[in-house]
Amino acid sequence: MSASILFDTPGPRARRRILIINIIGALIALGVVAWIFFGLAGKGQMKPEQWDDFVQASTWKNYLWPGLVNTLKAAILGIVGSVIFGLVFGVGRLSQNKLINGLCTVVVEFFRAVPVLLMIVFFNVFFARSLELPGDTALWAVVAALIFYNGSVVAELVRSGVHNLPKGQREAGIAIGLTRGMSLRHIEIPQALVAMLPALIGQFVVILKDSALGYIISFNELLFFARTYSSPNGNVLQALIVTAVIFILINFTLSKIAELVSKRLSSRVKKSKNAAAELVGAPAGALAAGGADNADEGPNDPRA
Amino acid sequence: MENYLSIFTEYNIPGAFWVNIQLTFWAAIGALVLGTILALLRISPVASFQAIGSGYVNLVRNTPLTIIILFAVLALYGQLGFTLGGDFQANFFRLSVLGLAVYHAAFVCEAIRSGVNTVPLGQAEAARAIGLGFMPAARLIILPQAFRGAIVPLGNTLIALIKNSTVAAVGSVATESSSVMKSMIEFRADIVIPIFLTFAIGFVIIVIPVGLLTTWLSKKLAVAR
Repeated sequence: MSASILFDTPGPRARRRILIINIIGALIALGVVAWIFFGLAGKGQMKPEQWDDFVQASTWKNYLWPGLVNTLKAAILGIVGSVIFGLVFGVGRLSQNKLINGLCTVVVEFFRAVPVLLMIVFFNVFFARSLELPGDTALWAVVAALIFYNGSVVAELVRSGVHNLPKGQREAGIAIGLTRGMSLRHIEIPQALVAMLPALIGQFVVILKDSALGYIISFNELLFFARTYSSPNGNVLQALIVTAVIFILINFTLSKIAELVSKRLSSRVKKSKNAAAELVGAPAGALAAGGADNADEGPNDPRA
Repeated sequence: MENYLSIFTEYNIPGAFWVNIQLTFWAAIGALVLGTILALLRISPVASFQAIGSGYVNLVRNTPLTIIILFAVLALYGQLGFTLGGDFQANFFRLSVLGLAVYHAAFVCEAIRSGVNTVPLGQAEAARAIGLGFMPAARLIILPQAFRGAIVPLGNTLIALIKNSTVAAVGSVATESSSVMKSMIEFRADIVIPIFLTFAIGFVIIVIPVGLLTTWLSKKLAVAR
């Protein structure tokens, strides 16, 4: 949409000019790639022995795979934890009890403002020294920090998801005799969860990226293993590029899934809008359409 | 209590936050310039420019910031010998700023693009009707309104940048707050929680006014339509 408002459909002369600029742009892009490649080669960074480490089974078996497993372990625990945290505190912020509401607001706003790295560093020392927890305290420190930060973000998603639902949903729930809490649990939250799904998957990308912060407290994740492996071999640059590519592939897939879900949801809303209009006739149909438009705001949440 | 207060004389805590603010300031300028250029590339009518812009955004946005800053320090400087001048400390500081700017430029680009979407079609049509080409129309009509429409996402990016400036710790900037806190809690195991809360509240104090300012600015500068 943004691309088309700025210029008219080009005529023959403009098309020719665009073609020429297009070719120049492509050449610049290729030039930059070539400049990086030959620059690296000139510095002796393109030797096959520096790169073929990363296609060998032993490197993967001993370093990259265990690292990736730990990264995914931290990310998955972080995702599950932050969804639970987000549901609890998101519902808390919707509570009519002023005390619960205020408490949840303070917790959510606090953890959204504190850098994740600060929490990781703190939890690492706190778990190991103050609580003397057994096991991999670095993993638990990373997971805890991920849960507190991303859980707070999810709580905000839950809250805005419920707020964006049409008011009639709650009113209908109360009309059939549900309490406020029951209508939240059975009617509003399930719909809010569906509407916030794309933004939620987008948050998973953030969780996966932030798990790499564990590197700083020597948590045995992918980046840490890649660094440990490559330092004595003198190919840190190559190791970092390979690690980045792995992260990009996973995150890109997640982003694509979020996009797909968002499209699927908006088409479903449109379909139900039409169906409702056909079923109930014009006046009620207009009401349903208003509701459907509101629900549409979920996928367009700026956080996505 | 006395035990706790001694940390303020033993360590330079305001100084640590000042380093984070400096990192944020320079990285924000870099990210704003680079992000605007990327946004222009992405809204241009030239397919290869669009591909360059979206390629950059998709690659950078999906890479952990930790890797980008490590790359600047270990690969650019350590392996390729690329320096940004100054002494040892200043070089690490500038490399970290470079990494922060490169990372957040992708988010600035997306924020500005969402701002462009708030500009009504009639504005671009009017610009064309009075004979402005792509660049003059973008510079005089579209971007000024787009920036004003993009204040909320730009403010969110700035808040993220303030918090992410702590990641400069991997770039060997040992004077910034997360590194200072790390050495403090390792030596003062008796007051781990008060030390953490001190730093955490410091960030709350920096971040919340930025959020309030963003909201106020977005209302004040909203284009009346």
